[in-house]
Amino acid sequence: MALISPHITASAVAAVEYPDLVRQYRVTGVPKTVVNDRVEILGAVPEASFVSQVLAVDG
Amino acid sequence: MHADAGGAANLEAALATLAAPVRLVFFTQTFGCETCLPARQIVNRVASLSDQISVEEFNIVLDTDQVEAYGIRRVPAIAVVGEADTGIRFYGVPDGHELVSLVESIQLVASGDSGLSDESQALIAAVEQPIDIQVFVTPT
Repeated sequence: MALISPHITASAVAAVEYPDLVRQYRVTGVPKTVVNDRVEILGAVPEASFVSQVLAVDG
Repeated sequence: MHADAGGAANLEAALATLAAPVRLVFFTQTFGCETCLPARQIVNRVASLSDQISVEEFNIVLDTDQVEAYGIRRVPAIAVVGEADTGIRFYGVPDGHELVSLVESIQLVASGDSGLSDESQALIAAVEQPIDIQVFVTPT
């Protein structure tokens, strides 16, 4: 998604190395995706579902 | 790609046909970062497998212009940069599954092809607001 849009950044964060972030975002399992610090997506989901959930934060 | 692609032969094969140069912009810290050294070793190893991959290293404390330019928040960090910066970052040591993800992201950036469906690409191309995606993962 970051590849397609100049407005999108995407980070992979190694959870075990950043316990402060794990607490901040209440990560209890992986993968867990956090979009703009507010939308959460748990687990691995199909592409179309993932894209629509991420873009739901827009606007 | 299988999760055990950490083998040098598999990595080399995966990186052998990169269509364009890719820079791994690595951010480290001199003190208080146990994972920076193993992260740097992996970055340099990946770069050694392809003439198309280069490494730039910056210090998160000293190189404030680069830290700001790449929006780096913590170390160790890797920005995967092609002709332009596409905003792809890895935080932490990229081993195990994360090494596979790093190699795949290098391939994506080099090819410019996201591999997503036409429908997804159209939706994503219409984005006009900043969207920051953080995916929390484990290395194994």
